[in-house]
Amino acid sequence: MTAPASSAPARSEPHAGNRLLDVRDLCVAFPGHLAVRGISFHIDRGETLALVGESGCGKSATSLAVMRLLPPGARIAGAVTFDGIDLVQANERTLRDLRGKRMGLILQEPMTSLNPVLTIGDQIAENLMRHEKLTRAQARARTVELLDLVRIPDPARRYDDYPHNMSGGMRQRVMIAMAVACNPQLLIADEPTTALDVTLQSEVLELLDSLRRQLDMALLLITHDLGVVAQWADRVAVMYAGNIVEKAGAHALFENPAHPYSRGLMGSTLRLEGGGHYTSQRLTEIPGTVASALHEPGCNFAPRCALATADCRIAPPPLRPFEGRQVACPVVTQPSKEADRVAAGR
Amino acid sequence: MSGETSSSLASPAAVAVPFKPPVVRRGLSAIVINHPTFVVGLAILTVVFVLALTADILYPGDPMDMVGPPLLWPFQDMEYPLGTDSLGRDVAAGLVYGARVSLIIGFSAASIGLLIGTLVGAIGGFFGGLIDNALARLTELFQTVPTFLLVIVIVAIGEPSLPVMALAIGIASWPTIARLVRAQFRSLRQQDFVMAARSLGYSNTRIIFMEILPNALPPVVVTASVMVAGAILTETGLSFLNMGDPNLVSWGSMIGGGREMLRTAWYLTALPGIATALTVLALNLIGDGLNEIFNPRMRQR
Repeated sequence: MTAPASSAPARSEPHAGNRLLDVRDLCVAFPGHLAVRGISFHIDRGETLALVGESGCGKSATSLAVMRLLPPGARIAGAVTFDGIDLVQANERTLRDLRGKRMGLILQEPMTSLNPVLTIGDQIAENLMRHEKLTRAQARARTVELLDLVRIPDPARRYDDYPHNMSGGMRQRVMIAMAVACNPQLLIADEPTTALDVTLQSEVLELLDSLRRQLDMALLLITHDLGVVAQWADRVAVMYAGNIVEKAGAHALFENPAHPYSRGLMGSTLRLEGGGHYTSQRLTEIPGTVASALHEPGCNFAPRCALATADCRIAPPPLRPFEGRQVACPVVTQPSKEADRVAAGR
Repeated sequence: MSGETSSSLASPAAVAVPFKPPVVRRGLSAIVINHPTFVVGLAILTVVFVLALTADILYPGDPMDMVGPPLLWPFQDMEYPLGTDSLGRDVAAGLVYGARVSLIIGFSAASIGLLIGTLVGAIGGFFGGLIDNALARLTELFQTVPTFLLVIVIVAIGEPSLPVMALAIGIASWPTIARLVRAQFRSLRQQDFVMAARSLGYSNTRIIFMEILPNALPPVVVTASVMVAGAILTETGLSFLNMGDPNLVSWGSMIGGGREMLRTAWYLTALPGIATALTVLALNLIGDGLNEIFNPRMRQR
């Protein structure tokens, strides 16, 4: 807290009317496993929030909980408010009217996310007929527009193609077209580029970003790819073992990650300017695995953390404002040598 | 060997051969060329259908009437090309009217079985849990009873008429479809495209019938055509045992009637037997062909 109080700027203060999604103390429990442990975040209209973390940290569970699409065995607690609607209490009918119309979801795997026996055009048109009450002819015309919008060449002819006629990148575009067909206010992209070739990844992300601006959507980008975050997100929430450990602006996080886990994540990416190559220079790694955090009474990251003190292992640290962001680490946010070192390193 | 290969690759003659793209046929011609057995099956079934539909025109009057001298062999008297039976009834007329009975029973019984089986299997497989458990036990209960016995019991309780026989065969045959559909739904409901459909706000009914069922269909279609064949065979069996409708000529009752003269007039059993076998074969060929045609992933090959 030594960091000047003025460095907690207005960016974390939301405009009340501008807030689209507000998640408070969200917990997701699967039978015998707590996947998300009380996280809070918000998304304003038209902004991109990235949810970053390694596999199994609860990113996808969070996105499914927001859409209320978790499998029947899972339970959720906390509050999720979407444009004034309480999604935790909402009944199935309300949720069905929201999904696809006001919130869209893009899944990770484009090869299996389309129905293999229906033409891609019909799959998009079906959504339009369901939510926008268009006739078949109107839906077809709009679908061709949408296919054009996601830059599929010769969209009128492609309408009658089956998913197996298309490549992975094309299918992901079709998925995007389906998700944005009804101009949703919120688009959740769950690792949208993980299954794609590197050459296609930036294309798809660029498409998502331009659609976000054209259609004035908010984007919840779930990813483990830090390169994606740096380039396309406004704000970042770093998740570790079901908790958010740091919330910061994308630039701030990249220039100066505060939480030891965020630092570890940054450290384990190759940096172009360093001239590093994995053959010449060993990547730093975070010792241990996420599994070691599961039964930790204190900070989940303590067993893998170089800065951990005895205090860290007693109680889970809350998110505290620190240098214009929020960090869940008492060691870093303490007025101590360590914090000074961080501040100096900036 | 390797030198040979490299020389043939390098030779200008190999380069000069123009690349000819394979002709991709679509529509009817593709079916005819790629699936000859399907076409043969369809042709046989069409003939049976046409004969069944035009029975009244070809042979006006009751096929049970005595029309000529008894036990005429086929082609002995061209007025009765397939001969007459021991009571002087025209065998050809019997076959044609029998086709009608067989097809009506076959298709209506299979439809009933398909309807029950698909509903039970889809609901159980999709929702899982308690509903699935209850429906799976019900299916097993029906499967433990031998099909033919169940049909006989139901027909014996009711009356030996076409609707009762169709219902009985349908009720006895749905467990096969139910198990098949249930297995398909259990694996398909976990697919990503079902999650994608949910994320678009589709209802369970819509997901079951519009998204999953079309994917579950290929094996169901094959089984359904075999079910039609099975229903025809069951009806033939019932009639053979004199449990069919006594007022209708059926292939089964013709075989049953001709049985006593197997050594002197074997054609009386052979002709309806051949008719049954051909129809059943045709249905099986159609089932296989439909499986190949309906599956879009195989369409291009």
